[in-house]
Amino acid sequence: MKHDVKRDVTVTIDGKPVTVKEGATLLDACKSHGVDTPTLCWAENLTPVNACRVCVVELEGARVLAPACSRKAEAGMVVKTDSPRVRLSRKLVLELLGSSVDMSLSSAFADYSKRYAAEPARFGKKLAPSAAGVRESAHPGHHTVLDGTRAETVAQPTKVDNELFVRDYDKCMLCYKCVEACGTDAQNTFAIAVAGRGFDARIATEHEATLPDSACVFCGNCVGVCPTGALMFKVEHDLRKSGEWDEKKQTETDTICPYCGVGCVLTLRVQDNAIVRVTSPSDSTVTGGHLCVKGRFGFTFVEENRRADRGGSD
Amino acid sequence: MWGSNARETHPIFFHHVLKAVRNGAKLYVIDPRRTSTADWAHGWLSLEVGSDVSLANGVAHVILKEQLQHEQFIERATEGFDEFKAVIDRYDLARVSADTHVDGELIAQMARDYAKADRAMICWTLGITEHHNAVDNVLALINLSLLTGHVGRWGSGLNPLRGQNNVQGGGDMGALPHKLVGFQDVEDDEIRGRFEKAWGCKIPAKNGWHLTEMFEAMHRGDLTALFVLGENPAQSEADSTHALKCLEGLEHLIVQDIVMTKTAEMAHVVLPASASWCESEGTVTNSERRVQRVRRALKPPGKARDDIEILCDLAHRLGFDMQTGTPEGLWNELRTLSPMHAGMSYARLEALGGIQWPCPDEKSAGSPFLHGRLWENPVRGMKASFNAAEQVGPVDKLDADFPLRLTTGRRLESFNTGVQSGAFAWPQKRGETLDLSPDDAKKLKVADGERVRIVSRRGTVEAPVRFDDDLKPGLAFMTFHFPDDVDTNLLTIDATDPRSGTAEFKAAAIRVERIRQ
Amino acid sequence: MDLRIPKDEATDAERSAVDAATADLNVDAKARRALLLPALHALQSRVGWVSKGGLYYICSRLGVPPAEAFGVASFYALLALTERPRAFAHVCDDIACLAKGADDLCREVEARLGPAAHGHQKADAHSQKGKAKASGWARSPCLGLCERAPAALVTIAGDKPADCAFGAATAAKIEAALRGKPPAIEEAYVASEGPRRLLARIGVADPKSLASYRANGGYTALKRALELGAAGTLRAVNDSKLVGRGGAAFPTGRKWEAVAREAARPHYVVCNADESEPGTFKDRVLLEGDPFAVIESMTIAGLATGSEHGYLYLRGEYPLAQARLENAIQLARSHGMLGDNVMGKGLKFDIELRRGAGAYICGEETALFNSIEGLRGEPRNKPPYPAQFGLFGKPTAVNNVETLVAVLDIVRDGAAQYASVGTSDSPGTKLFCVSGSIVRPGVYEVPFGTELGALIKLAGGITPGRKIQTILLGGAAGSFVTPEQLDLPLSFEATRKAGATLGSGVVLVFDETAPIQEILRRIAAFFRDESCGQCVPCRVGTVRQEELLSRICGGKSTLRIELPLLKDLGAAMRDASICGLGQTASTAIESAVALGLMERKT
Repeated sequence: MKHDVKRDVTVTIDGKPVTVKEGATLLDACKSHGVDTPTLCWAENLTPVNACRVCVVELEGARVLAPACSRKAEAGMVVKTDSPRVRLSRKLVLELLGSSVDMSLSSAFADYSKRYAAEPARFGKKLAPSAAGVRESAHPGHHTVLDGTRAETVAQPTKVDNELFVRDYDKCMLCYKCVEACGTDAQNTFAIAVAGRGFDARIATEHEATLPDSACVFCGNCVGVCPTGALMFKVEHDLRKSGEWDEKKQTETDTICPYCGVGCVLTLRVQDNAIVRVTSPSDSTVTGGHLCVKGRFGFTFVEENRRADRGGSD
Repeated sequence: MWGSNARETHPIFFHHVLKAVRNGAKLYVIDPRRTSTADWAHGWLSLEVGSDVSLANGVAHVILKEQLQHEQFIERATEGFDEFKAVIDRYDLARVSADTHVDGELIAQMARDYAKADRAMICWTLGITEHHNAVDNVLALINLSLLTGHVGRWGSGLNPLRGQNNVQGGGDMGALPHKLVGFQDVEDDEIRGRFEKAWGCKIPAKNGWHLTEMFEAMHRGDLTALFVLGENPAQSEADSTHALKCLEGLEHLIVQDIVMTKTAEMAHVVLPASASWCESEGTVTNSERRVQRVRRALKPPGKARDDIEILCDLAHRLGFDMQTGTPEGLWNELRTLSPMHAGMSYARLEALGGIQWPCPDEKSAGSPFLHGRLWENPVRGMKASFNAAEQVGPVDKLDADFPLRLTTGRRLESFNTGVQSGAFAWPQKRGETLDLSPDDAKKLKVADGERVRIVSRRGTVEAPVRFDDDLKPGLAFMTFHFPDDVDTNLLTIDATDPRSGTAEFKAAAIRVERIRQ
Repeated sequence: MDLRIPKDEATDAERSAVDAATADLNVDAKARRALLLPALHALQSRVGWVSKGGLYYICSRLGVPPAEAFGVASFYALLALTERPRAFAHVCDDIACLAKGADDLCREVEARLGPAAHGHQKADAHSQKGKAKASGWARSPCLGLCERAPAALVTIAGDKPADCAFGAATAAKIEAALRGKPPAIEEAYVASEGPRRLLARIGVADPKSLASYRANGGYTALKRALELGAAGTLRAVNDSKLVGRGGAAFPTGRKWEAVAREAARPHYVVCNADESEPGTFKDRVLLEGDPFAVIESMTIAGLATGSEHGYLYLRGEYPLAQARLENAIQLARSHGMLGDNVMGKGLKFDIELRRGAGAYICGEETALFNSIEGLRGEPRNKPPYPAQFGLFGKPTAVNNVETLVAVLDIVRDGAAQYASVGTSDSPGTKLFCVSGSIVRPGVYEVPFGTELGALIKLAGGITPGRKIQTILLGGAAGSFVTPEQLDLPLSFEATRKAGATLGSGVVLVFDETAPIQEILRRIAAFFRDESCGQCVPCRVGTVRQEELLSRICGGKSTLRIELPLLKDLGAAMRDASICGLGQTASTAIESAVALGLMERKT
């Protein structure tokens, strides 16, 4: 086995010394010290992109705040995680997101918003959602100047182009997780990328091709990592739409995929004795939290109406 | 990756491969087709179907010629090297290139990279094992690992990728004609004795038949009643005309399954079962020997019952009181009989996220790799044997009547006969096709999408043609995912390796005929 | 890689254009990927836009996933992903031009050519797609021709693509240029007080002639550097206390030393010629007027840092600089001043010219690396810094054009001579881009410590009959100062003390008629347009800041109401943004508020 000898690094977090292994991030250090740091774009099974900036901390001697999720701990660093500067920036990040993106399905966002007393409504009432295709037609470096009385948002119609999952970019906070999962962090399919620039930046296939026409292989790993519900299994989307989605009635059970011999751990979310969502634990050594199309979506053969007994009564 | 399209058939395993490639590992893919796996390779060796032994021997030849073998390891841990070398001497690159149609320099480059690597692994799938000389193919690969010492060490080794979620577990649990639980020999009186004592019954002292032998016995009329659990032989066997005839000739056929397969439709009795992976409690074992828990997330529908319940009930009716235990209770009984599972309590399986056997006691964290003993000095137990294999081509020869080589395989979104995978709404759905190189298609004057007749020495099917740039001329490809529409296995040959019992699905001779409108 | 590329076919013209730009594919995947932006440029220069077939042809040729290539192409303002006329005008309406009637010009252009292709001012502009017209136009951020505002850039695609940028633009001139009749080339106005170092050859040597360059002192510095060796050259640069002129003012010697020390190979030298800060045009003047000086100084950087490869990243809006640099690199190569044996002294160094495509953010050094590498021009988080993890993940010395050119005198004459002018903390001279309401706008070279008022006087003073309302120092990311601050010495230490910045050397003078609120709104719009979109504080913060200013400008709200929000936004953008763009997006606006400029109705 490979043995990497790593040195200890001691930093000061909120006045207390914390020792971590070389290479650990400030987020790791905060965690080991019991400091709960908000994160939205970070995930343990993806490379940190430090794009959301909600995890920023104050580093003594640094001109600006540093993202805890990606900044490596260095010996002697003095870190403040709850200074007025930190609190203000975190609050603003939450307000900016809340004023432009539908974050209603992120419970983490709701918790953080409470903690930092975020008031997205400070930026005014939201502009009406744009029609299909309008956000996609924006040219980089150009935008339509409005009178500023309504807050611009990313609101737009949901993209439904297949029966497996939908893309509701109204809820996209541009955390890059889906792009990473589709790319080098897991699937290596590169069906989606960030396109456009600035506020018009968005997740897109080439020339907005539908997913079936794109390189997508429907592994659903993008859905698995999406923190806001922008990417959602069609089953869940439909249940939510019809008002039948009921988390109180749901259970989650870990089991093993019924397909090939790799042995991927599946977490089956079940409502009314039907599978409504399939994910994998991100700490699984087999999957790293990622699945293929069969494991993710190939469960319907156990549905009652397909069974040998066809559900007849005794 | 030898004879494996893991990108599509073992996608999550391939994530790990890609991570290694990004960390600087070199990837060679040996496959007649330019698969999506081959697209990621540093070197793609497009060998002729069924020339694997020659290619492996050619690799060995280069290693020996350039003296890249691991002398110490060979000396200390192996036997039969001299006989092996004598065979390998005949596989120079000129001959191997002629057999395989692979450029000699590419073979030499792969041989060097493999031999010189600090750690190297050979992974294979059905491209190696679905041949009439499957065991020879495997032995030829094992020889390479012995030659270079790439076995028995972390990160090195031989890795056959299992095709089903519990094909490994099935064997572990004794679902083999010659083994009891934990790969213990049926014909060993002492072992059998232990099981008989624990189970309170007599166990037949002779090895049973494997699948192919069972079909032969059906054919002869020696086997008249068959109990099929979770298998669809009516559609999954090579030369399915023959297989169907055998099944039809049975006096009694029982099928225990979750869905009405073609085989179930032929059965006298169908026992509806619960889906083991989501409606039952238990364990499965994956390709890396990792025993993992499956759990009940759903209530089985209608009259479907747990496999354990059905089997115990059946035993009861046959006059044997097999006590219905809990899955965990049964597992704990097994742990007393199978030393390699002894340390795997449910609690530990849970806590560690699965354990790789052997795990002899509750202190063991399991074994991430096997054969480490070959690096002990002196080697504990038997030395590893070189077993030289000789190149023989596929059984189904090409000739003027059957000029095209048909090989079969799988697609990302589908699984075997489609019983499981046929149900979900794959957005890029396309049915069975006969994939041809555009060159061949041109010669045959068939258009992309044109429906054609495909004829082998055993049967005929019809399917639309699909042009595929990733096929070389002379090679055709089909899956067998859609047997209700196109029964590809009417074409395949049941020439079977007597040692493994696997048929030569990978090599049939066919011709393509246009259908006159 | 198992790529899946859509079937749209490229035309022969598209294919040949791409082939020519990607001739050498016998390189590794990273190097192939790095050909993406040149290939996109080649495609657009040939057919006027990045067609689907052309884009996918590039993908298959370079092995780039189509979604990623689309993501990159849609990042750059100069690239068009929908068809538009082959002749296309970009009319600057940024701060310097705005104060010189850019809005009127745009209205006139619109009257002649129809609505702009890419909406900017009008709510209905999105519906205006490029039709089958001969020519089209769009508004543009600063084109770096502020001394001759208003400015325009005209691009004409085809067999022989012809781009031209010009100042003193009128609708008639733009129309003529669109028809292939560009105005005559005008050289910028330059002047100095005290010794001319950086500008020594501007207007003196022929920028197209290596012989003329050498006759005017060219290549004496490299000769000296070769005598000094890497260590001696580093020492000279260190001793000179030279700091970067791009805005961040980091010591150049330390940067070079850090690269030289790194064990990882190869090392790279990158010249950041992506001058895009509104109001800035000094680098353009050097690149157009003294291109060999940039080549020579990059070669010295190569020697000092142990780099054999240099990249010169030029902003896409500088066609004249591009032509002159291409010519100069070619001549330097053919005369042994670049290549495997520079000046016959065994030094190996060569330069690749890369063109940006309309993205201010690519002036940020790590965004620039990503742009060269064929990725989206998104800045990377720092650390790691470029000296350790720069271009292609290798140790990289990245320097602004003016910084590099300053090195020539330092190496040739020594640090002591260099420090004979300037202040003790800011030795030497500095270029300033003086524009706006001024008699002689142009590039001025003055010793550090020269007072702001003296510089303005040197430029002929404020337009006769007008009064100075305010002066923007350092560009859109800089800050405003008042007429009462004309005694401010222009040095790093003095401006820092005054809470201002020299930034990129912008001195943009506004008289009492300038609509400051409108200009602030334009600055806010600029940052919104140029934000890469990666991090939340900048992506959304710049939008909210612009909305806020729009409310005030439109009389829907007042500064008093908006001030707390403006301050919070500014603080979060400054503290939590990934890079300098977001961190400075509110600087000028907040400085204007602090000076009370927002309240002054004009």
